[in-house]
Amino acid sequence: MSTRESVPLLRVQDLHLDFGGVKAVDGLTFQVYEDDVLSLVGPNGAGKTSAFNCITGFYKPTGGSITLHGTDITRLRPSAIAARGMSRTFQNLRLFGELTVLDNVRAGMHLRLRQNALDALLHTPRFRRTEREATDEANRWLDFVGLRGDRGGLARNLPYGEQRRVEIARALACGPKVLLLDEPAAGLNYGEKGELLDLLQRISGLGIAIVLIEHDMDLVMQVSRRVVVLNFGREIADGTPDEVRRDSAVIEAYLGRDDDEEDEEMMSHE
Amino acid sequence: MTTNLATSPARARALFDRIQQNRYLGLVGLAVALLAPFITATNYALSVMTSALLFVMLAVGLNIVVGYCGLLDLGYAAFFAIGAYVSGILATRYGWPLLATVPVVIVAAVVAGIVIGGPTLRLRSDYLAIVTLGFGEIIRITANNLTITGGPSGIYGIPGIMLLGVDLSGPVGLYYTCVVVVALAVLGAARLGRSRLGRAWRFIREDEDAAEAMGINTYRVKLAAYIGGAIWGGLAGILFGAQLSAISPPSFTFLWSALILMAVVLGGMGSTPGVVLGAIFISVLPELLREAADYRYFVFGILLIIVMIFRRQGLWPARAVERQSRRDRRRAEEQDVRKAEEVVP
Repeated sequence: MSTRESVPLLRVQDLHLDFGGVKAVDGLTFQVYEDDVLSLVGPNGAGKTSAFNCITGFYKPTGGSITLHGTDITRLRPSAIAARGMSRTFQNLRLFGELTVLDNVRAGMHLRLRQNALDALLHTPRFRRTEREATDEANRWLDFVGLRGDRGGLARNLPYGEQRRVEIARALACGPKVLLLDEPAAGLNYGEKGELLDLLQRISGLGIAIVLIEHDMDLVMQVSRRVVVLNFGREIADGTPDEVRRDSAVIEAYLGRDDDEEDEEMMSHE
Repeated sequence: MTTNLATSPARARALFDRIQQNRYLGLVGLAVALLAPFITATNYALSVMTSALLFVMLAVGLNIVVGYCGLLDLGYAAFFAIGAYVSGILATRYGWPLLATVPVVIVAAVVAGIVIGGPTLRLRSDYLAIVTLGFGEIIRITANNLTITGGPSGIYGIPGIMLLGVDLSGPVGLYYTCVVVVALAVLGAARLGRSRLGRAWRFIREDEDAAEAMGINTYRVKLAAYIGGAIWGGLAGILFGAQLSAISPPSFTFLWSALILMAVVLGGMGSTPGVVLGAIFISVLPELLREAADYRYFVFGILLIIVMIFRRQGLWPARAVERQSRRDRRRAEEQDVRKAEEVVP
């Protein structure tokens, strides 16, 4: 909380995204501070992933602004945003399946490897050194996320839970200041969720701010410092997990949808 | 019995992997190319082998674009034509030695790569293929209509290659020149493929959005692939002019682009040994089928279909498995045993 008064690392201001007549994101505003762990929650279709895609440059927002470190990144291409210190994972796991696990993680290091085409053609000492460093660092990140399994093998041959870890390792290898994770617990079993919680805490311990989209309320309540609740593209609550849990608008949004499984999850933590 | 069935293909694959990863594989290929004229050195055989080498160079060049980066280019002959015409014009009209045209051809290829790639690389897959097809035809038709390119009759009297006063224009000299140049071209393309840039190409091929999210400017990296392909094609064009001493627009039809692409796909996209093999296959097979006379291309076509049905991944597919150093492997195994909790990079 002490960082509250300082300048936010990431500031999303009045973000709008329309698809034709549909308002996917409708005036979303939130800030992420250094070493923050912020969760975006909300019913399906609330605009969480759309907001992520705007923030990381994949969608061009129809209104509002996004600033990272005080610089406006609203209209930049995704790679330029990544270069400024924001990396992400995808909801439906977007690994490079036909490439090795190590290569997947090396992708994150692309921007930091000081090596040009001439180095590669001539196999200069610099080429060898940078390649060795890349391998070492990729291995370290895979250690960090606790990957089990063959690192020299194809990414698609890993079990699902391990693939999730590789995706996080790849995002970490970008050297982000803000890490956006889109439903990292989806498809994980109970034990793996526990390991994810531990991993998120260790990532936070590295001084990386985390923005999380997650449906698993257990995880959200345990890991988040702040929770932002969206419904129909609009922000309906922003506060600590305890504040949000007691928020009447949140309870209404969740209780209004009886058939939604998140209701029960939400209720069970009341 | 079941174990036998299960292990023997696996063992064969392991052996195959070992051969494929062998660092001396390239040297073996080079030795074969160097020694081939000692088996047969008729003018005909040398010309077939020289053509095969040029084909190899074109195929590894196109492999950068199609195999590594996954951009379907149906107009690759355009770069080949640009190289051949630029060097041919400088050599015949301005009397430049062929070697002196090399830097100019490289510049022309880079410019052509940017001009053609710049607008088209914003498109994806099928659309890109159609636009490149169009550009391939534009280059050929332009050459057909300009006076400087000699119109439909093209350019003739392109001199052979002279190096430090040594005349390399004879069939033997040209063949060995091609061996050296093509060997370097194959090595260079393979090395690029294993570098930071080569990895970025593969990331784009696998998932363009994910690559972009990792900070890779996909537009620039795709353009780099295009420029790389253009340089390889352009340099092959110089050798082509030197070999035939005459070039004309029909040398650069869509059929060429299609055959080069076929070599890449047949050999195994993204695999250097595969693409080399594919190119030799495509260029030499019609010659070996001369017996079949008029049915030559018919048999050729049937064979291609058969190969593609039974070996869709190519003759020698790319190997994506990486052998780790012993140290890294041991560390990873330790990791498997105890879950690292305290390791912080």
